[in-house]
Amino acid sequence: MLKYVTKRVVAAILTVFALVTIVFFLVRLMPGEPFTSAKLTKEVAENMNSYYGFDKPILEQYFTYMGNLLHGNFGYSMKYTNKTVNYIIGQTFPFSADLGIRALCLAVSLGLVLGIIAARNRGKKLDFACVLIAIVGTSIPDFIMGALLQYFFGIKWGLLPVAKYLGIEYTILPACALAFYTLASVSRIMRSSMLEVTSQDYIKTARSKGLSELRITCKHQIRNAIMPVMTVLGPTVASVLTGTFVIEAIFAIPGMGKYYVESVNNNDYAMILGMTVFYGCFLVLCNLIVDILYGVADPRVRIGKR
Amino acid sequence: MAELNKDMFVIKGKNTMKMESISRPSLSFWQDAWRRLRKNRAAFVGLCIIVLYALLAVFAPMFSKYGFSDMDTAAMHAGPSAAHWLGCDATGRDQWVRIWMGARTSLAIGLFSAFINMCVGAVIGGLCGYYGGKLDMIMMRVVDILYGIPSLIITILVMLVLGKGVAPLIIALCVVGWIGTCRFVRGEVYRLKEQDFVMAAKVLGIPDFIIIIRHIIPNILGMLVTNLCMAIPGAIFQEAFLSYIGLGIAPPNCSWGVLAKEGIQYLRIHPHEIIIPAFFICTTMLALNLLGDGMRDAVDPKLRGTE
Amino acid sequence: MAEKENILELKNVVYSFHTYGGEVKAVRDVSFEVRKGEILGIVGESGCGKSVTAQCILRLNPEPPGFFGGGEILFKGRDILKMSNKEIRKVRGGEIGFVFQDPMTSLNPTMRVGAQIEEVFLGRTGVTKKEVKNRALEIMKLVGISDVEKRYRQYPHELSGGMKQRIMIAIALVSRPSLIICDEPTTSLDVTIEAQILDLLLELREKLGTSIIMITHDLGVIARLCDRVIVMYGGKVVERGTADELFYDTAHPYTKGLMNSIAKLDTAKGEKLQPIEGTPPDLFSPPVGCPFAARCDYCMDVCNEMPPEVYQLTDEHATCCWLQHEMAPDNDMKKKPEKKGEVR
Repeated sequence: MLKYVTKRVVAAILTVFALVTIVFFLVRLMPGEPFTSAKLTKEVAENMNSYYGFDKPILEQYFTYMGNLLHGNFGYSMKYTNKTVNYIIGQTFPFSADLGIRALCLAVSLGLVLGIIAARNRGKKLDFACVLIAIVGTSIPDFIMGALLQYFFGIKWGLLPVAKYLGIEYTILPACALAFYTLASVSRIMRSSMLEVTSQDYIKTARSKGLSELRITCKHQIRNAIMPVMTVLGPTVASVLTGTFVIEAIFAIPGMGKYYVESVNNNDYAMILGMTVFYGCFLVLCNLIVDILYGVADPRVRIGKR
Repeated sequence: MAELNKDMFVIKGKNTMKMESISRPSLSFWQDAWRRLRKNRAAFVGLCIIVLYALLAVFAPMFSKYGFSDMDTAAMHAGPSAAHWLGCDATGRDQWVRIWMGARTSLAIGLFSAFINMCVGAVIGGLCGYYGGKLDMIMMRVVDILYGIPSLIITILVMLVLGKGVAPLIIALCVVGWIGTCRFVRGEVYRLKEQDFVMAAKVLGIPDFIIIIRHIIPNILGMLVTNLCMAIPGAIFQEAFLSYIGLGIAPPNCSWGVLAKEGIQYLRIHPHEIIIPAFFICTTMLALNLLGDGMRDAVDPKLRGTE
Repeated sequence: MAEKENILELKNVVYSFHTYGGEVKAVRDVSFEVRKGEILGIVGESGCGKSVTAQCILRLNPEPPGFFGGGEILFKGRDILKMSNKEIRKVRGGEIGFVFQDPMTSLNPTMRVGAQIEEVFLGRTGVTKKEVKNRALEIMKLVGISDVEKRYRQYPHELSGGMKQRIMIAIALVSRPSLIICDEPTTSLDVTIEAQILDLLLELREKLGTSIIMITHDLGVIARLCDRVIVMYGGKVVERGTADELFYDTAHPYTKGLMNSIAKLDTAKGEKLQPIEGTPPDLFSPPVGCPFAARCDYCMDVCNEMPPEVYQLTDEHATCCWLQHEMAPDNDMKKKPEKKGEVR
């Protein structure tokens, strides 16, 4: 187990390192300069350039940035020059995280339940209904889902609020929009995993012991079927959390997405860099946590071969 | 019961003709897969929809009297009518033509990027899996690390560097897309390589590349095609997403993502402008998902007896 | 010889499967009985229907695509085919135990082996929670597992193949059933472990009086273990009798072929083994007459046209073959039946 965790942690660190490097150089390759808007005079622009170190050779910039990163310093935003990137991230990340976590919980719990129901009732109407929901769900991109939910539940039927973030009822539509795709894909994976487990020999053994169907489902089928689902949970978390960008735009939620899109349009290097690195690291961390959870759940990994 | 007589009791011995008869209808792998796919009505419907859309994408703009950037200022925001089958957008451009021009872009992007990813991933994964050794070790470390990086982030950044357009978009989607296929193919080739039939071929002295072509590839082809079917909706989704946040295709060129982006601004007053592109995006993805599911069920040997 | 009571009786059981090409009759009219305290062997090639027959007894075959085509299965007088789900669950594990073929895949990988043994007692009365653990440890000792406290808490992947199979036997036996069915339990184990497991089964029969059905394709196992044997081919029973009768007084050409195809201690040096040429019949369209006709050295016209009758040769020995008919020419297979030409 320890070996497994160490391997994973080392891989995560290397991934973060690769991520930061790639992102850094990609951002530098972007066309356009951050300070070429008409508002700034030439001297001020030069000052800004030298302040941010853009006049230094690129490798030096890289090492300076890495050094700053290790101290947790993302630097100042170039648009909101009086605020650090750290501050902006700190203000906006909680909203994004909140939305993301709600959506994840909804998606995973409902997705598992749907997948189990579908597999237990294979070939019957219930299975068909669940598979239908799953297939439709994976065919509707989350931003379209958001627009649809907004239109029907918010505008046409006036049931739920559509914008901003002023109370818990404001989180329902965005979380649903974000969760739907993931719910569908989790339920599909769970269903096929359950079906695969059902054909395994140990299920026959369990049946030959005279166990009830409920016990066989819970202790034997679900317990083993959930493993493959856990292995894809990492990328699932990633896709839910990246999906927050667009959902925030549609539902006017003050999360990281809004600032990210702005900084992309303004060539705000520091902001793009900072947010991307932060977000990327966060996702790598989530992946790491999921991997470790999997190691704990699967006794073959937890205890190792004899 | 018939009458028994002494003639029937003369010992004749084995019947070498009937000794090894097989009366079950014999099916090759692809025959069986096609049969199972045809039986799956949902997948078949999916296939028909895709073919239909592809044909419309090619032929519909040719037969329409409107060009895709012709603006009819009198018909701005018009709903569907006899003159404009799917209505018009904010500047009076005919939606029917734009949907099918957009279809060309979106479907082409989806198909090309998924196909390129599949080829690159399969080649790299296949070579690593088959030859193993140092190449495999290094490549797999690299791939594992790259796999850990959230791909959407990289895609967005590559788009920022390369600018908008169809070619940059395909490149951006391919930069990270091959990794998934590579890991999967490597795993499968590695597993197949250890199987006895490969060892048997080697013992018979068959050269490596023939083993790869005749033994390994046919065994992974089914799953590769399934992966392809599942990857295309992913690519279409990413294209729609990127265009939606302003990074994908530049106007006046259109793709379904661009149409969705333009339409959503008028959600409250002219809902048809978003609903129509949304409908086509969703049905295409649905059809491809059904087809991909059907293909996966059709080539999976474990599901053979269960129809 | 005192009449021993029958624990299990199969009468004219037919079991089939729906497949893409049509209906496959895997078990075609099989009848046999198991007496108290005896070890019955079922021998035959792969595909002859032995596993399906065994799993039929506890209704373990997946119901679509499988289905019963007729017959009765009587366990201690009650018809298993007519039992409700609740009743059959009581029988499974409680009164009839099952040992599966492949111990590597037959245990739940995410559950400790001790818990898997205790599970048998779920929903059964007469055993308190404390007793359950003791019974589990006791049965583990009985099947020859050392260091039971430690093993009890381990997961299947931490055990060797032989030990896993012992756990499977422990699961089958823990609630002291009157019958256990072993489906090729030693096929995937190596020979030394196999010998230990067979000895264990004999010991358990002595100590607990359990009846055993032993399914195998290995004649050596039959010789070592079984009191009586039935030989299956093409979904039917072609010969039955005590082990001695089958080995030394073979009455069916298929059984004879099986005996000839294994190497024996007195096989002369340089002498070739004689396999039975051909392959088992395709049960898609089963042959009209005797299933073995196409591969039989003694085949006659009547064998192809009509299914043979059953001829009772001694109290236990019966065979299903036209060679026993009075009109058949004299040959080394033909016996002098005690009750001539009597059809069962």
